[in-house]
Amino acid sequence: MDTSVSPATQTTDTPAVQQAPKVQARKVNVFYGNKQALFDVNLDIPDRSVTSFIGPSGCGKSTFLRCINRMNDTIDICRVEGDILLDGKDVYARDVDPVILRASVGMVFQKPNPFPKSIFDNVAYGPRIHGLASNPEELSEIVETSLRRAGLWTEVADRLDEPGTGLSGGQQQRLVIARAIAVRPEVILMDEPCSALDPIATARIEELIDDLRNNYCIIMVTHSMAQAARVSQHTAFFHLGKLVEAGPTEQIFTNPNDKRTQDYITGRFG
Amino acid sequence: MAALVVVMLLAWFNGRTKAMASAGAHPSTLHSLPGYSGTYLAIWSVLPAFILLALFGLFGDLLLNLQMRQNLPADIRALPVEQVELFMRNARALAFGGTASETSTALQEAAKAYANLSRISNFVVIGAVILLTIGGFLYARGRLGKNFRARNHVEAVIFGVLVVCSGIAILTTLGIVLSLLTESLRFFSEINALDFLFGLKWSPQTALRADQVGQSGSFGAVPLFAGTFLITFIAMVVAAPVGLYSAIYLSEYAKPATRRIVKPILEILAGVPTVVYGFFALLTIGPFIRHAAETVGLSAQTQSALSAGLVMGIMIIPFVSSLSDDVINAVPQALRDGSYAMGATQAETVRNVVFPAALPGIMGALLLAISRAIGETMIVVMAAGQSANLTANPLEPVTTVTVQIVTLLTGDQEFDSAKTLSAFALGLVLFIITLGLNIVSLRVVRKYRERYD
Repeated sequence: MDTSVSPATQTTDTPAVQQAPKVQARKVNVFYGNKQALFDVNLDIPDRSVTSFIGPSGCGKSTFLRCINRMNDTIDICRVEGDILLDGKDVYARDVDPVILRASVGMVFQKPNPFPKSIFDNVAYGPRIHGLASNPEELSEIVETSLRRAGLWTEVADRLDEPGTGLSGGQQQRLVIARAIAVRPEVILMDEPCSALDPIATARIEELIDDLRNNYCIIMVTHSMAQAARVSQHTAFFHLGKLVEAGPTEQIFTNPNDKRTQDYITGRFG
Repeated sequence: MAALVVVMLLAWFNGRTKAMASAGAHPSTLHSLPGYSGTYLAIWSVLPAFILLALFGLFGDLLLNLQMRQNLPADIRALPVEQVELFMRNARALAFGGTASETSTALQEAAKAYANLSRISNFVVIGAVILLTIGGFLYARGRLGKNFRARNHVEAVIFGVLVVCSGIAILTTLGIVLSLLTESLRFFSEINALDFLFGLKWSPQTALRADQVGQSGSFGAVPLFAGTFLITFIAMVVAAPVGLYSAIYLSEYAKPATRRIVKPILEILAGVPTVVYGFFALLTIGPFIRHAAETVGLSAQTQSALSAGLVMGIMIIPFVSSLSDDVINAVPQALRDGSYAMGATQAETVRNVVFPAALPGIMGALLLAISRAIGETMIVVMAAGQSANLTANPLEPVTTVTVQIVTLLTGDQEFDSAKTLSAFALGLVLFIITLGLNIVSLRVVRKYRERYD
């Protein structure tokens, strides 16, 4: 939890990590057809903290996020080179089943996407697929714990069999987070989780993210620099497919090394 | 007609020229483009005259007959209705140089009067048309000018044309429903509606002469509807899984290149004429089923519910697959991504997320396919036979509502006998069933759309 001591992120030539990073990227290049979207990204992401990716639209931050749980596999023309290590193990290795990988690297999307099922079935979806519960009681327990952790339990406890699509936008996003938590992931990827929400719902989600970092490695793409500053301990700035700078959030926002970071953060472009 | 076209062109150019002239050296100061003025003038010259001609074409004969009937000699008007009709028919035939079935002086005179009348009325109408054309032309031309809003007027006329066109479709439907209703009511005045709806015996041959035997004429529609539903059921057993699975393959698994080739091929099935399916069923599937049934010791006939149902099922596969493919594609990618991100495989995603999300739409597609199967005629005529058996054995020949309507109306029966009238009653019930199915399925599909748009 002690994030101020661990200089979590780093660039190529200074591997000064005290705590082993949860996710490591080494020379990651991503292509969509002939177009290269990411260039030689090297990045270490620590466990039990929130890391934000910031940068202008189209800079490759979402692409990189989707590499970590191999969601890019679902896009035919997408090709990934380089290594992404989760706990030191390459997720693109031949013997890794992306389906198993995604169970330990959960993902929350920009728009809340609850399944057209009941609230209970939404959360129980992952545990059922992966056989995490051996009996119905255990399943309801997992559902309850996940909803509690996502801060949604008190609001939905008495209507678990109503459709998840009937909740408000902010509630839906927390439902989706509960759904992700239910499969006990180690890493949770969030792709602009608040951009479709109003400020109040956003505040709830940010609070929730802050809680969750005690147990998970959270990686978040955001367009709001204020949000990155508020909730993340580490920040990585992407520009035109390159990782420009990464480091503790405070440092990136108060004393960036690169002029492009400075310009973006002060609102000169992007 | 040709004259009207010429007038129209002339009016168009004249209106255009006048509009240009009224604007003087600056055509851009006109309210509407000169072409609109031309169109306005053309419409006013031709449309009223055209409407008059159309009305005359529709109702002219009616008026003539009415007029002539009043002029008939008193002794003929005293005759029974059929004879007066016959007299009139003969007179008309004579008047236009045809041959009549009998001749008499009264007839000759009536014919002469009729020819006269019709000549006069033609003159009157032509005169009126010319007057209307000139009048309309002058009226419209007088209104043209620099600030005249020709564009708005022309667009009002276009709006009217659009309304009339859509009205035609609605009125036709209404007309069909009304004629079905009235004829059915006539049928039900002869046959008890309950006997018709719940009777178990269908044998519509009524006695033509009093001494004919064995022609009882019983109108129990249950065997027909049972046959219809049996064949529809068999067809859906074939089409629902095949169509659905091919839709899932096309939308979820097939590569875009494969999909581009396979989908049109599948849709070709929908373009095969049903007659072709019919003889395919009769000549290939039917005998095959008979042989197959005989090998396992069952008795079967070439014409059977099974062969008709199978072939009809193949026919409606493209309906099911194409519509389901559309609704499956309409399931937001975000849902699939959500499922994949949970570590679900593609099959799990399809089964647990995509299919339930698309289910209402798929139900709609299936219901549309069912109503299509119920209304299908040609395949059943050829492959299922025409004997009204009340049976659940798919190897026996059955008959359907549509087939019976065909056989009832293609005979040379009198048109007002219970036998032919029963066709309308059958048609009405069938219409109500398919209408109900369509309404339900459209509502289901719409409900589904609202959820994701």
